[in-house]
Amino acid sequence: MRSRRSLLLIAAIPVAYLTYFYAYPLATILITGLFPDGKLAASSFVDIVTNPVVRSVAWFTLWQAVVSTLLTVLLGIPGAYVFAKYRFPGRSLLRSLTLVPFVLPTLVVGVAFLAVFGPGSPLGFDLRGTVWAILIAHVFYNLSIIIRGVGVFWEQIDPRLEDAARTLGASRIRVFREVTLPLLRPAILSSAALVFLFTFTSFGVILVLGDLQHTTLEVEIWRQATAFLRLDLASALAILQLIGVTAILVMYGRAQKRVSGGLPLRPPGEVARRPASVGEWAVVGATLTMLLLIVITPLAVLIGRSLSTAEGVGLSHYANLIHPTGAFTLFISPIEAIRNSLGFALPAVLISGIIGLLSATIVVSGRGRGGSTFDTMLMLPLGTSAVTIGFGFLVALDQPFDLRSSLLLIPIAHSLVAIPFVVRSTVPVMDAVQNRLREAALVLGASPHRAWREVDLPLVARALAVGSLFAFAISIGEFGATSFIVRPSTTTIPIAIFRLLGRPGTFGEAMAMAVILMAITAVAALGIEAIRGSRTGGV
Amino acid sequence: MKRTSLIAATVLVALIGASCSSEPEGPSEITLMTHESFAVSDGILEQFTQETGIAVTVLRSADAGTMVSQAILTKDHPVADVMYGIDNTFLSRGLDNALFLPHTATDIGSVPDGLRVNGDPVTPIDFGDVCLNTDPTRLAAAGIEAPATLADLADPAYAGTLVVEDPSTSSPGLAFLLASIATFGETGDYPWQSFWADLAANDLRIVSGWDQAYYGEFSGGSGEGQRPVVVSYATSPAAEVFFGDLDAPPTDIVDDGCFRQVEYAGVLAGTQAEKAAGQLVDYLLSRTFQEDIPLNMFVFPANDTASLPDLFIDYVPTPTAPVVMDPATIGANRERWLAEWASVVR
Repeated sequence: MRSRRSLLLIAAIPVAYLTYFYAYPLATILITGLFPDGKLAASSFVDIVTNPVVRSVAWFTLWQAVVSTLLTVLLGIPGAYVFAKYRFPGRSLLRSLTLVPFVLPTLVVGVAFLAVFGPGSPLGFDLRGTVWAILIAHVFYNLSIIIRGVGVFWEQIDPRLEDAARTLGASRIRVFREVTLPLLRPAILSSAALVFLFTFTSFGVILVLGDLQHTTLEVEIWRQATAFLRLDLASALAILQLIGVTAILVMYGRAQKRVSGGLPLRPPGEVARRPASVGEWAVVGATLTMLLLIVITPLAVLIGRSLSTAEGVGLSHYANLIHPTGAFTLFISPIEAIRNSLGFALPAVLISGIIGLLSATIVVSGRGRGGSTFDTMLMLPLGTSAVTIGFGFLVALDQPFDLRSSLLLIPIAHSLVAIPFVVRSTVPVMDAVQNRLREAALVLGASPHRAWREVDLPLVARALAVGSLFAFAISIGEFGATSFIVRPSTTTIPIAIFRLLGRPGTFGEAMAMAVILMAITAVAALGIEAIRGSRTGGV
Repeated sequence: MKRTSLIAATVLVALIGASCSSEPEGPSEITLMTHESFAVSDGILEQFTQETGIAVTVLRSADAGTMVSQAILTKDHPVADVMYGIDNTFLSRGLDNALFLPHTATDIGSVPDGLRVNGDPVTPIDFGDVCLNTDPTRLAAAGIEAPATLADLADPAYAGTLVVEDPSTSSPGLAFLLASIATFGETGDYPWQSFWADLAANDLRIVSGWDQAYYGEFSGGSGEGQRPVVVSYATSPAAEVFFGDLDAPPTDIVDDGCFRQVEYAGVLAGTQAEKAAGQLVDYLLSRTFQEDIPLNMFVFPANDTASLPDLFIDYVPTPTAPVVMDPATIGANRERWLAEWASVVR
């Protein structure tokens, strides 16, 4: 057991960080909004609760998030299984590609979805204006959370457990239901909670694919805060949203508590193998076909658009970006945009990796001593409206250092979204690290610090790599509060895409820029795969 | 140790970040707050620095509405000295909240009277017209004439042809709503609500942003959609020529029902550098900056001594009588109009 004092010391850093950069700005903006003249605008709450439009928005927000999450889990689990258990040609590349949707700006995704599910759909149905468009887009965005979050755990489950059950005569389905599924439950719950929070606070997808009937609390908060400057109503809605998120997180916390940790883990390299039977090939084939349809088709559409020029298929849109001539000399170079994007992504990964890892350590070591409550609270930033956090930064972070327009605020904002990913991907693995392994190290005379470093860390490194990859993706795709902070005029890739999509005639260049973003993400994901591969001898 | 060095690196990054942002170095540096569509050529702001010794930091916000809300929230301790990009649809909100210190720009005499605001709380920098754009090819194929007036669009012959932006999420969308309100009025036999009810019955398509309307739903120009009429800008056909390297515009505008958007710059109250801020506003209205505006932001310079690029002279049509609406009127009615609009089309 780690001593109480060192635990408190470790806890101090993430608690201070999240208090200063999340709780304090959030509280400040809510107080500013709800006490406009120093007294509580109680009527705003009454307005919100009694307004039938708000009630229907709240209801839609909840049910679309539940359905989106269920669909994503349902389709993600076969994906996690196939990537965790089987080796097949193109496995690394395909798994890397599943992460790509996560970084794409919603405007670009809107284009792809219109092509696949719009009036000219090759599938023959027009889903515009229906809730299906939103649900499918949510699955498209979030599938990789399940595939990776569950997969990283699945590939480390000792197959001998399942083999033993099979030997004892259990059917495959029974083994899955009674052995595998209970082992996976913490990871599935963790990843599903992330998907739920993302879809519950969905903003861009709703703006691009929703309509007046299909809108979320997040969009309404933004509309009230910016189009109407009704900060009282926006704050009341933000509190309503926080209540919903907290309720769901409490349920999630209870569900997690019933799950026991401490199962035997194995390095992933030993588990994955080639599909051996026709049945296994069929499972792999069917899953990959599903991924192809949902993930790869829209990506292919974007690549197609980027190559489609007035003279047929060609690279002129890329040429206009890289060697601009004529009208295009006015645009920023993609090289600079890439450099800027990476310049924000690397500190974001660093911050969320450190804070996330420290947080995960507290969660795991502090079980029964508030660690689980801390675990739940760590997810709150993900369920808080981005415009609220962005405005909160503005009203709160001017003292003692004026950080409001600092370049550093951008990776910090990214880290608020990314930390839960690091925690979620590392906690199940850390929980599962057998306590007796660490205790054995302590008995053999290692200091707690050394035990942490030499026993826990190598095992957790793989999970941390997955969390960091998401942190990178979150940062490079510019999610969350960063749209609502005033930021230095540094052109990143998403901003370049936005500018290109902001005027007539530069659609192809916007698509080319989006493809560059896709390529960077895929390369980063492949790089992580390679690092993870080389570390398999760690245990 | 690896972990220790990571922490050290973070602390270092944090220190560098904090030291960059804490104290501006005297009055020789000022900050310009603007919206996400802001674009200038390389070297334009540097030229201001060369002339005055004042460096400019550009802070980018989201859309104009978000930017104004942010400025109001930080009024007592502003993040910037100058704001550029507040338009006539949001101006009254800025004025009601006393965001600006009045400043009479050096070149204000070159700004047409219609653009100038009483008492010069803000300075007009650019303007542009939001107009319906049409796709002549698609219209001809369907055997219908281009609409001549807004009222035409309510005719069943135009069913399924129009795509507009939601006025509560999009600035051209709001401009088009305001144009319809000015055109049809609030009272009488056929008020604006009736027009919109007819549009809604005529298979109107509403999307949240300009890019979805233009690229996703519009059939003309670089659009990929099915609808031949879209709410866009008077400069859009010229932009198609410019970026598509074409000989003639592939799209047209409808002369009726255009709305004039004006963007202003103002010195933010609470600035510690009022004089330098005023100099920057002067520079934004100077010919150097004004002549850089058209090809970067596809709007017209407010200073009428600024010469226009050939592209604008050759291909940008000037609407005969664009709707000009008093910012105070917009401010007083905006919330009610948006709510009524939503209840008509929902």
